[in-house]
Amino acid sequence: MALFRAEGIQKRFGARVVLENITLSIEAGSVHGIMGPNGAGKTTCFHVLTGHHAPDAGRITFDGRDITGLKPHVIARLGVSRSFQMMNLFDDAVVIENVMLALPAFRAISGRPFRTSFGDSRLIEAALEVLDQVGLAERAWHNAKSLSYGDRRALEIAVALAAEPRILFLDEPTAGLGAKATQNLAQLIRRLRQRYTICLIEHDMRFLFELADRISVIHWGQVIAEGAPEALKANKWVARSALGEVA
Amino acid sequence: MITLSDIPPRGGAGFAGPMALFVLVLATLPLWIAPIGLYEYLGIEIAIWILFAMGFNLLFGYTGLHSFGHGAYLGIGAYAFGLFQQQVMVSLWGGLFCAITAALLAGAIVGAFLSHRRGIYYALLTIAFGQVFWFCAMKLHGITGGEDGLLGIPRPDLIIGAWRVDLNDNTNFYWFVAAIAALAVLALWRIVNAPFGRVLQAIRQNETRARFVGYDVWRWKWLAFTLSAGFAGLAGGLFAMAQQSAYPDVMSLHQSGLIVMMVLIGGGLVNFWGPVLGVVLYYIARDILGGLTEAWLLWYGLLFVIMVMVRPEGVAGLFHSLKQRLPRQASVTKPEQA
Ligand SMILES: Nc1ncnc2c1ncn2[C@@H]1O[C@H](COP(=O)(O)OP(=O)(O)OP(=O)(O)O)[C@@H](O)[C@H]1O
Ligand SMILES: [Mg+2]
Repeated sequence: MALFRAEGIQKRFGARVVLENITLSIEAGSVHGIMGPNGAGKTTCFHVLTGHHAPDAGRITFDGRDITGLKPHVIARLGVSRSFQMMNLFDDAVVIENVMLALPAFRAISGRPFRTSFGDSRLIEAALEVLDQVGLAERAWHNAKSLSYGDRRALEIAVALAAEPRILFLDEPTAGLGAKATQNLAQLIRRLRQRYTICLIEHDMRFLFELADRISVIHWGQVIAEGAPEALKANKWVARSALGEVA
Repeated sequence: MITLSDIPPRGGAGFAGPMALFVLVLATLPLWIAPIGLYEYLGIEIAIWILFAMGFNLLFGYTGLHSFGHGAYLGIGAYAFGLFQQQVMVSLWGGLFCAITAALLAGAIVGAFLSHRRGIYYALLTIAFGQVFWFCAMKLHGITGGEDGLLGIPRPDLIIGAWRVDLNDNTNFYWFVAAIAALAVLALWRIVNAPFGRVLQAIRQNETRARFVGYDVWRWKWLAFTLSAGFAGLAGGLFAMAQQSAYPDVMSLHQSGLIVMMVLIGGGLVNFWGPVLGVVLYYIARDILGGLTEAWLLWYGLLFVIMVMVRPEGVAGLFHSLKQRLPRQASVTKPEQA
């Protein structure tokens, strides 16, 4: 059974219908790719799936549980984590604090204003472990703001991982990365897929076709094609965009 | 062992040094304030406003929620204290408890309306609610005494066991207020550096991110507002004792603006101690500039404008950047593992 399902999702902003009818089904343990032209509604789709916008119609289930219309923090606590297309970090904090804030163990103690810091070395260790996964352990005590662009993207993923998710939504993780950093990221995702279910939006076709088990193509707010990468190569739209005819 | 406390606080503000200085100044103030030509009552006012400003900065500087109507909670505390003395019984702790509770309650109600807003809408709503409370204070003659306010509020004795202290004596009252201010500063330092305070700061930095890692941002914003209203209420109760009255002007827009100005000038946006600096500077300006010219508020206002233009991080920010020009050290070094 699919871990995460969206059926007939519709989202309008005023008169503008951005998501017409999106149906997705993400299998546990898989990497599910999403592609489509600029403005197709991919990010909006993520926003709806993770609770940022409530859908106007449709149903979203996670692990058999209906999460349609739940608030983002509730969905996050159930084990749905995400990164953002536009970077979203705690910029005034050091790297490790960014990660620590996202740890469920930290969240659990955060409600007590006078809690002492006794015993927090376990939290630090947990945070360092997460940073280690994305190769940022060395930079743990730097200011988040001072990181390079690539490292900030990695931190973005670390924050999502720290929440101990069961499914990870990544919105264009390679955006703005060089060839080397993109390769590192591909490796990271290969490692992560052993522990998490991953859904990622990607423009980089090589990257996506290498990693994804299934791909959904979104256009005009609808899933216009879906299948394994091999099968999709035959798709007219995909073939054209692979040749660079459609951005 | 590395612990949470090794994660640098905001603006890298130290605590032990400044706190020692703060306590030293508070503790010795009665000895030197008269000789330098000022008066004891000023110390009382400064301590009360430090309490108000520090609590306000939990919301303003730390959580990044811009309330321009916080005078209301100062006023509610003052009225609650006065009404308790006049209608219920003469009791110091009873009055202060009532002041805090009333302000917490008002803060909780208003906070519930505010907390799903942000930015300018948040600020506008705080002003609107502030005006509602001010209007009530003016119009509910039967309870608040209208424009005149509550007069002749007693300063009840401080009773600890067999020990009885007459707070009508300004020196005694100063000690009392200074002790409360010091305790509040201590408590706030704990709060802002505990996980609790880290979450508030995270919300200031990125509300969306905080929400998507599982924080119920609404509830946190509501908590921050309510807590800071509680501090304002305590300050208001003490203010009613200081003035031995409570009147609508305490909760006017003017007071609300003043506290924002103090916190900004002092550098509350970047430093824990900013509000303390801001309050002290304001009173120094008022008493020294005020001694020289009637138009001191104009000069102070100009100072504020210049400050916002050239150094929006405030006086504490100024110290901060001076410090950074000194021999450069790595921005944050990893704490040694012991
Ligand atoms: N809050 C909003 N209000 C109105 N219109 C919106 C809103 N959010 C998105 N849109 C519109 O929805 C459309 C889809 O936007 P979306 O960001 O989902 O596209 P995308 O597929 O992620 O594109 P890209 O590849 O450029 O990231 C765009 O035309 C955008 O203008
Ligand atoms: Mg997008």
